[in-house]
Amino acid sequence: MKTKRIIQATIQNIIAWMVSLTVIVPMLLIIINAFKSDGEVMQMNLTLPKVWNFSNFATVIEKGKLLQSFFNSLLYAGAATVIAITLACMAAYVFSRRRTKGFNAVYMYVILGMVIPVNYVALMKVMQTLHLNNNALGIILLYVAMQTPFSVFLIYGFVSKLPVELDEAAVIDGCGPCTLFFRIIFPLLKPAIVTAAVLCFLNTWNEFVMPLYFLNSSEKWPMTLAVYNFFGQYEMSWHLICADVLLTCAPVLIIYLLGQKYIVGGQTAGAVKG
Amino acid sequence: MNKSKLYPWYFAIGAIAIYTVLSVLPGVIGIGYSFTDWSAYSKELHFVGFKNFAEVFKGSGDYLKYIKNTLLLTVVTTIFKTVLGLFLAVILSSHIKFQNFHRGVMYMPSILPILVTGLVFTSILNPKNGFLNELLRAIGLGGLAQKWLVDPQIAFGSVMGVDIWRGTGYIMTMMIAGIAAIPKVYYEAAAIDGANAWQKFRNITLPMLRQTIAVCVVLNVLYGLKVFDMVYALTNGGPGHRTEVMYTAVFKMFSKGLYAEGTTISSVMFLFMIFIGYFMVKILTKDEVVE
Repeated sequence: MKTKRIIQATIQNIIAWMVSLTVIVPMLLIIINAFKSDGEVMQMNLTLPKVWNFSNFATVIEKGKLLQSFFNSLLYAGAATVIAITLACMAAYVFSRRRTKGFNAVYMYVILGMVIPVNYVALMKVMQTLHLNNNALGIILLYVAMQTPFSVFLIYGFVSKLPVELDEAAVIDGCGPCTLFFRIIFPLLKPAIVTAAVLCFLNTWNEFVMPLYFLNSSEKWPMTLAVYNFFGQYEMSWHLICADVLLTCAPVLIIYLLGQKYIVGGQTAGAVKG
Repeated sequence: MNKSKLYPWYFAIGAIAIYTVLSVLPGVIGIGYSFTDWSAYSKELHFVGFKNFAEVFKGSGDYLKYIKNTLLLTVVTTIFKTVLGLFLAVILSSHIKFQNFHRGVMYMPSILPILVTGLVFTSILNPKNGFLNELLRAIGLGGLAQKWLVDPQIAFGSVMGVDIWRGTGYIMTMMIAGIAAIPKVYYEAAAIDGANAWQKFRNITLPMLRQTIAVCVVLNVLYGLKVFDMVYALTNGGPGHRTEVMYTAVFKMFSKGLYAEGTTISSVMFLFMIFIGYFMVKILTKDEVVE
């Protein structure tokens, strides 16, 4: 009985390590090769570079215009997150508190956005009509539209847990609807807001299809699109591509390490019921 | 308490307006454009009836192949991600060393930009000097080395493989959360009755995870039907349209200015997804609707 358990535990450990290695090895590959010199990188492998070449990063930042695209990404993801989460909070709050047939139907209509596919071709027509094509505001509003359904869905669940008596007490103390929401409800939703905001930021940071369709000028590109373009130009220079990939993923990894709790909590919300 | 005064409808108007104009409206007018000869070169639009739809669904055409590819990728990746995710979740929920380390590592691919993951794998899967083939040769399995993304016979399999590698950790994390929510007393009671590991899994874990598994399947199916980034980065539909999926086909038509064809395929997806999407949203929001 005991030996059987030890064998079982050993097999489990081996499987876990093997799977983890399939993730660790590609990551090491990127990190190691980002420091190699031009000649060493003909083959991407795990041999350590003879000299650790930090100049690759400087080269990439300069040639790939990474600084510009970093700030573009920051603007698109940051602004979209602030707008999407604020609007989603207000909407989720109203949907959750007023559960009439009509409001329930509108709630369903909004969260149906989690499944409907984007018609990019017709979207271009809409963007042109609204003069949002090829500009930053257009991309930000598109991201808001894309992120709203899931954010509403996520926050709706949290609002339901706040007791209605709270609202009643606040009204008796003389709160209007706006004070009630922004002074009382909004602060209480902080955990939900952080979760929704982190996910929204990650998703928009990683996105590149909208800019691919709707941003023609390269100085407006976010990091993801810039790295793709860089890849096309320097196809053989894997040391530079690896450095570029590292710099593009760095913000995501930092957010992941800091906000792991929120990311995992938010993404698993809804899966762990009943 | 006057609800309409306390929770004014205009609080919701911002979200509804932006979502409607930029998400729903294109889908709806896209259906309208599907009946025209809209292209980058046409000055004015003409009504052409069901011609575009007939083009998409005619048996000999390429479009049907793209739809089949999309469905195939959806089914295969959903099955693999769900089964592997569940399997890993069970292992990582037992008393294993470095549990949190393994969880964190396996989850990581799903937060990185999909496009970047794809680009990195074009190097790893390079037939001549890619890491995978080099590794296989180094450990004496050179016979298994393949032209992963170039050989028409296996390119689509490679694409699906990379996508499974990327997406399994996310599903695993959901399953782990689901398993953690199962009350421990069930397992203790089963142990007293002498149940073995398989029986516990079959009779406790699996039934208790029903909702979690349903949500995972829904999320995987939604991802699969809309897949673009991964295919675009790895093969861009090649070799010879072998790995072409609906969204990569739409992008190619868009680039060529064939707007009517692009919007027709999008509309087919739109209508299909609205139809199945309703049921999917029901699953995703299951216990809220009961509330």
